[in-house]
Amino acid sequence: MSKIKVEMTINGDKIEGSVEPRTLLIHFLREDLNLTGPHIGCDTSHCGACTIDLNGKSIKSCTVFAVQANGAEITTIESIAGADGTLHALQESFREHHGLQCGFCTPGMITRAHRLLQDNPNPTDSEIRYGISGNLCRCTGYQNIVKAIRVAAEQLNPAQEAAE
Amino acid sequence: MNDQANPSSAERAAKLQGMGSSRKRVEDARFTQGKGNYVDDIKLPGMLFGDFARSSHAHARIVSINKEAALAVPGVIAILTAEDLKPLNLHYMPTLAGDVQAVLADEKVLFQNQEVAFVVAEDRYAAADAVELVEIEYEALPVVVDPFTAMDADAPVLREDIADKMEGAHGTRNHHNHIFYWQAGDKEGTDKAMAEAEVVVEELISYPRVHPSPLETCGCVASMDKVNGKLTIWGTFQAPHAVRTVASLITTIPEHNIRIISPDIGGGFGNKVGVYPGYICAAVASIVTGVPVKWVEDKIENLTSTAFARDYHMTGKIAATNEGKITGLACHVLADHGAFDACADPTQFPAGFFSICTGSYDIPVAHCGVDGVYTNKAPGGVAYRCSFRVTEAAYMLERMIDVLALKLGMDPAELRLKNFITKDQFPYTSALGWEYDSGDYHTAMEQAMKTVDYEKLRKEQAANRAAFTAGETRSLMGIGVAFFTEIVGAGPVKNCDILGLGMFDSCEIRIHPTGSAIARLGTISQGQGHATTFAQILATEIGLPAEDITVEEGDTDTAPYGLGTYGSRSTPVAGAATAMAGRKIRAKAQMIAAYLLEVHDDDVEWDVDRFQVKGNPEKFKTMKELAFAAYNQAIPGLEPGLEAVSYYDPPNMTYPYGAYICVVDVDVDTGVVDTRRFYALDDCGTRINPMIIEGQVHGGLTEALAIAMGQEIAYDEMGNVKGGSLMDYYIPTAVETPEWETDFTVTPSPHHPIGAKGVGESPNVGGVPAFSNAVNNAFAHFGLTHTQMPHDHWRVWKTAEKLGLTG
Amino acid sequence: MIPGSFDYHRPDSIEAAIGLLASLGDEARVVAGGHSLIPMMKLRMATPEHLVDLQDITSLRGITINGAEISIGAMTTQAELIASDQLAAVCPILGLAAAQIADPQVRNMGTIGGNIANGDPGNDMPALMQALDAVYILQGPEGRRDVAARDFYEAAYFTALEEGEILTAARFSAPPSGHGHAYEKQKRKIGDYATAAAAVVLTVENNSCQTAAIALTNVGDTPLYAEEASQILRGSNLDKKTITAAANAAKAITDPAEDGRGPANFRTHIAGIMVMRAIEKAIERAK
Repeated sequence: MSKIKVEMTINGDKIEGSVEPRTLLIHFLREDLNLTGPHIGCDTSHCGACTIDLNGKSIKSCTVFAVQANGAEITTIESIAGADGTLHALQESFREHHGLQCGFCTPGMITRAHRLLQDNPNPTDSEIRYGISGNLCRCTGYQNIVKAIRVAAEQLNPAQEAAE
Repeated sequence: MNDQANPSSAERAAKLQGMGSSRKRVEDARFTQGKGNYVDDIKLPGMLFGDFARSSHAHARIVSINKEAALAVPGVIAILTAEDLKPLNLHYMPTLAGDVQAVLADEKVLFQNQEVAFVVAEDRYAAADAVELVEIEYEALPVVVDPFTAMDADAPVLREDIADKMEGAHGTRNHHNHIFYWQAGDKEGTDKAMAEAEVVVEELISYPRVHPSPLETCGCVASMDKVNGKLTIWGTFQAPHAVRTVASLITTIPEHNIRIISPDIGGGFGNKVGVYPGYICAAVASIVTGVPVKWVEDKIENLTSTAFARDYHMTGKIAATNEGKITGLACHVLADHGAFDACADPTQFPAGFFSICTGSYDIPVAHCGVDGVYTNKAPGGVAYRCSFRVTEAAYMLERMIDVLALKLGMDPAELRLKNFITKDQFPYTSALGWEYDSGDYHTAMEQAMKTVDYEKLRKEQAANRAAFTAGETRSLMGIGVAFFTEIVGAGPVKNCDILGLGMFDSCEIRIHPTGSAIARLGTISQGQGHATTFAQILATEIGLPAEDITVEEGDTDTAPYGLGTYGSRSTPVAGAATAMAGRKIRAKAQMIAAYLLEVHDDDVEWDVDRFQVKGNPEKFKTMKELAFAAYNQAIPGLEPGLEAVSYYDPPNMTYPYGAYICVVDVDVDTGVVDTRRFYALDDCGTRINPMIIEGQVHGGLTEALAIAMGQEIAYDEMGNVKGGSLMDYYIPTAVETPEWETDFTVTPSPHHPIGAKGVGESPNVGGVPAFSNAVNNAFAHFGLTHTQMPHDHWRVWKTAEKLGLTG
Repeated sequence: MIPGSFDYHRPDSIEAAIGLLASLGDEARVVAGGHSLIPMMKLRMATPEHLVDLQDITSLRGITINGAEISIGAMTTQAELIASDQLAAVCPILGLAAAQIADPQVRNMGTIGGNIANGDPGNDMPALMQALDAVYILQGPEGRRDVAARDFYEAAYFTALEEGEILTAARFSAPPSGHGHAYEKQKRKIGDYATAAAAVVLTVENNSCQTAAIALTNVGDTPLYAEEASQILRGSNLDKKTITAAANAAKAITDPAEDGRGPANFRTHIAGIMVMRAIEKAIERAK
């Protein structure tokens, strides 16, 4: 099969590539662009380890073809920290509250949480749990992940805190 | 105000972030930024990809394999079958249990999804295309799925390769599908106790086949450097040194020419202990092609072909007095090992430490026997977040205790309290021969009952039962009590080995001149945070800040030999080695300090991070100063440098324990079980990092929830795997997972250098029976003694229906 | 899990898409969100030679509410159904049901069109469409035709959609203001298909049920519109006995397969429970 040229904005950079139509977006990111933060866990869109941001929405990149993302804007875990290397509040909070163990689900989990907090800056614990229900973790039992996201939300929301 | 220049011992100790501190993990900066380095992240120049053509049948003769169409796929380099491996004598490999396993199916297939051909191609897409085109013709054979029929006289012969070999690795086989019979205890005495007992209860307790299912599947990258003859394999290995030795034995490549590297591992839970055909095939393919070859299985392959756990069918029997004093325990187990015996147990223990099945109770006489059988299912039998069949044993016993309580009309907690080994009985030798190191079970149980207000819960349950009978509710409240004793930290070399390799572990420490250090261990973290906790042990032992100590694991070229991480053995064994190596460092530092302070060795004493002159604490040398001195001073009678290595052979196992109480609400109309509350008290001895311990408990409880409520690798009568993907295999999300309440007591292990016992697996061992007891307890007043796991909606509803509750 | 090869097309109009389907023949498949098709392709249970991606056809997107008439473009995602305040105001059951589908990421990709056109009995939206008596707009080389959701499904993965046709929208009238509604779904966990699920839409006046529609998910080859059960409710006072009778009538039309969720008799039983609970919840919500 002939390859197709694709263009995307990934983590703020314009990139061009050429892919087979059947190339999965996760493989394009990991193999062609060396963005190995998003992982492949289940391959069947259940585990969320491959979660990225596509046009401002969390999606599972194992179940999207790279050609479908032609023209899209993509954010991966690699650009959640500041350009100067400063960790994002979520990343700090996951560390502070032991929201990760083996680290395999973590990039997808943080990428998802990052979008969740933009959509809902002040979620309840229950909203956090529903919000990350597309991301499986085998190590933590989620309790510390929920806590990490809640605390990060508080930190990202100084106005909210001041109002209380 | 404290004098900054002269901080107190406590202030100095706090700065070290040693044992007892909830130190933040050093691993996390990488992982939170997606900068982990897992096996599928490894990319080498010219690397090829391997993929398996797998069996569609559970039992069939291979009539022919036609590679032609597959080889014509552009990018396909080679296709290996058993015929290609035979000349290298690699078509079979030894398993960890003394059996052999086909690397690629030899003449016949024995389970669905068994590896038949290995396609090597330039990329994974071409490999996948070729896999579709490998034409395998089968002649179907009769299938054995039910282990209870495996040893029928007319059962088909599964393992033709060993059909006439009736002496197995663990004694005589008494049927062609029999693997071993293993027993412990006093059969005659136990029979007598049963015969004379006032009360006897008996129940078949099945623990279904489940799968550890780490989020990352198994995989490797094998790279043969033909110039220097060195084979390097990066892979998902929970025991890298053991893999190196096995690889050397089966490939005949000298062990120094094999380098095994475990990069970051995305969870293991026992699934990554074994050696799999993918590793061998990738290595062979790299040797043949001279370029690196990557093999990474997908989740369906992981669930259906790499190591499962449990599949133990346990008939438990307890003898007791009318007052509830247990007088004997018997258990026979039918163990379904699948097509090859690939259990990961110490050699002398083909049923692992199942004989811990007397648990936390002072039982005068006991006997257990285990029959292992072959069936047409995937091989495995690993310890899924547990220590070698301890989970099975604890599940059987803790269910049986509840069955006995029901029979006696006693409260399950009261029955447990009545039979616990008492604090003053430790060290305690169990009827099946284990020497328990330490414990205070009554205190733990009473603390648990008090914290949850057990009495009030039972009152509430009584009210709920009355309301149910009155037709005011369709929900039944269940209270599950479980008290477990684990046996971890394998183990003493005198009785624990794997393939002849003693189960010691190791730590090597180098102190750098400027007072920082690197420690290398024979274990490998899969999320347990070794880089954090082992540095904490050392910080306390040698007085250097944890943040100045690098911990490195997983590279057999640099790390000292060790048996790896599983069975909660890292802290009890490698943690001890770390402390012991630290003490060797300190012993040398003491001599240097005495020399520099111009006093006798015995006239200096250790204080947190320094040696000081006894009675004159103003005269001291810090460890940092001593490190520098070790490299720049010519000290009479001492070699330069400051390094140590310790190989620690534990004198005994450690015996962590815990008291768990679970409250559920069961909707009898839908079978839905809602966890209202789960309280877990763990005693893992000395607590190195409370934050990490709590995280381990949360994770283990969540796995227990998954196992008790939904996990099962089921097969249909044709031997087809039912639901081998995450669509069906139950892994709870954050929504199904409750909030966990954790608590602890501290009873250090007397024989361990720092008193630590290990904790990673306790919550799985205790959690499963707590959940199961809660579900069973919800129906107990209707006379239900036992209902099999998993307690999924259908099975729970079926239980209610059988009891006539669904009207 | 790697899909087979195919050619990719991304037309920017319905006409172009229909033209492509006509010229490519039966080896072409339409892809919307892809979360049913792509997993099948990765398992190689589907091996289309051509994929026609509808994402650039803007006319297929969005929710249009014109008085009581609601039209939902096929490419509208589940997440958009959940987020629409307008829709929630006139027909809240759709957003509430969409929130019970899969998980947040999947709902960002999954579309209503894919969900209703695929013919997978596990999908949730078809039963809702049947309960709402929706009409599907199908466009093909012969032009447009409308098919009622209640007539659309023939067997698992077999529907009235002809080769070369594209389902472009679902249209229905909003139930009267003050209507009661519920979608009750039992599943093993987030992300699972229903063991059984029931959609109920009804109106109540003076304790008397005026209109009622019940439909079931995943307890047969197709979604099931439960006409007899609905009929039992209409004109009744919705007492316990009537609700039980309706649930029994609904159960009678089920024919579920045994799967990991349980055997057929269990799933039929759950269908009955879901119907009862959905009716009770709908009554509570009715004003």
